[in-house]
Amino acid sequence: MPWFSRNKPKIEQNDEQRIVQTEGVFTKCPECDSTLYNRDLENSMQVCTKCAYHFRIGANLRLELLFDNGKFEELDQEVTSADPLEFVDSKPYKDRIEQAKKSSGLPEAIISGKGEVGGHRVYAGAMDMSFIGGSMGSAVGEKITRLIERAMKTRGAVVIFSASGGARMQEGTLSLMQMAKISAALAQLHEKQLPFISVLTDPTTGGVTASFAMLGDVILAEPKALIGFAGPRVIEQTIRQKLPKGFQRSEFLLEHGMVDKVVDRREMRKTIIRMLDFMMNPEIK
Amino acid sequence: MKKTAFERVQTARHPERPYTLDLINKIFEDFVEIHGDRRFSDDPALISGFAKIGGIEVGVVGQQKGRDINERRHRNFAMTKPEGYRKALRLMYMAEKFKRPIVTVIDTPGAYPGIDAEERGQAEAIAFNLREMASLKVPVVVVVLGEGGSGGALAIGVGDRVLMMENAVYSVITPEGCAAILWKDAGQAPKAAEGLRLTAAELSKFGLVDEVIEESDLWTYNQSDGDNQKVFERLKKSIVTNLKELQGLSVSRLIEGRYEKFRKMGEFQA
Ligand SMILES: [Zn+2]
Repeated sequence: MPWFSRNKPKIEQNDEQRIVQTEGVFTKCPECDSTLYNRDLENSMQVCTKCAYHFRIGANLRLELLFDNGKFEELDQEVTSADPLEFVDSKPYKDRIEQAKKSSGLPEAIISGKGEVGGHRVYAGAMDMSFIGGSMGSAVGEKITRLIERAMKTRGAVVIFSASGGARMQEGTLSLMQMAKISAALAQLHEKQLPFISVLTDPTTGGVTASFAMLGDVILAEPKALIGFAGPRVIEQTIRQKLPKGFQRSEFLLEHGMVDKVVDRREMRKTIIRMLDFMMNPEIK
Repeated sequence: MKKTAFERVQTARHPERPYTLDLINKIFEDFVEIHGDRRFSDDPALISGFAKIGGIEVGVVGQQKGRDINERRHRNFAMTKPEGYRKALRLMYMAEKFKRPIVTVIDTPGAYPGIDAEERGQAEAIAFNLREMASLKVPVVVVVLGEGGSGGALAIGVGDRVLMMENAVYSVITPEGCAAILWKDAGQAPKAAEGLRLTAAELSKFGLVDEVIEESDLWTYNQSDGDNQKVFERLKKSIVTNLKELQGLSVSRLIEGRYEKFRKMGEFQA
């Protein structure tokens, strides 16, 4: 199946265009222009059946696609953002949070859940771009840290799907410190010989990449996802030159030894199970 | 003297502000620099070596800005590359091996955002330091000297004590960057600086900083008047006192304490 073939170069899509259109019967693929039945798209996990373009998907669907029979127990729903800085830009951060909850239908930029994956005990988190750009503030940091601590208590594995523009500006240095907080928890998980599988999806940048996302025992990436520390615009402004083609895409990171595998979404669960089979060694207690 | 947040940003970036090497010359003794990450190259934006402070042997790592245009370019404005972070970790592992405490000095506008840095895993270099610093078996004292530029600063900032100079700043994004994103106007930087709560006084209220080191009105590297010298002395005293306290702790107490310190950071609803 030549799903990775790509004939004509396409102009970069902006965020709005990349989000799955759920209304109507058809969706147009922004990569190959094919008109796709929404039902077919759903069956193929929101991957274009013609060119394998990966539409962005939300956190709940991520977790459903991961867990055995799509079943999981949601954790730490009550952990949500506060406004410690009393931050106001074009609107107060407080209002921004409320608006994000309404428009995304989510309590935070990450959903975490507990369940089984290929029979293994797994604690998984999935970030969601529709909640303030998937940004990481104190609540996201707390939810991920709790997820890791829970995994340590019951000897489970941790799987996190990243999708984030980075640390949440509106919580300032408190957001920054979440990078240290989560990484310190991962140090303990590592010490306890428990697995962390990090899955990078489009886009994963900034403080999320520069902390837990790059700390997986294995790091998987969906095809053509934008992954980097600095955003492409920041780099262009700094070096004042055009960026090479394919720069900061999954395949570029694979080539530079920064990710273990680029995995089609339709193969993701199977790949994760294969890795957990290796890592969840019953001899380790 | 009371300064606005943005005045402190400007003070932290002042061309005559003491840099890491000035601290090494004035409050440390017998410094010997070591170079290279053994992987790719040596990053002049970050220096590492062995030194003594108040009679204590310590491993030192710190970001280094340049004093004149040539040195600035050579040091890449202290914008650290992956090889700089990996060199820092090499030094820290070595300090751990020889049971010497570590002092890190933060002064960077941020990790270098460039093609080569991305290719060599800037994000991974920072992330790995965060994880490894959390489990170092020796005391780590962090000094935020000037600019604490986001992940590029934090990558050498996971320690048992975080000391911050009164006019240093520590932020998730520069005020200019924040203003450009939120108001599409870098000119709104003073407003962003205020909103980001990036000053030492504000950050200690949030529990992110343990001690604020009082400065003179304009603390510089080259003035020899009494007030200016006193700032160096205050910082030295604080580093030494903290090192001595931490050296009294068992390894497990030390590592647990460091975990709890960062574990508590953040404010949310639950
Ligand atoms: Zn397509």
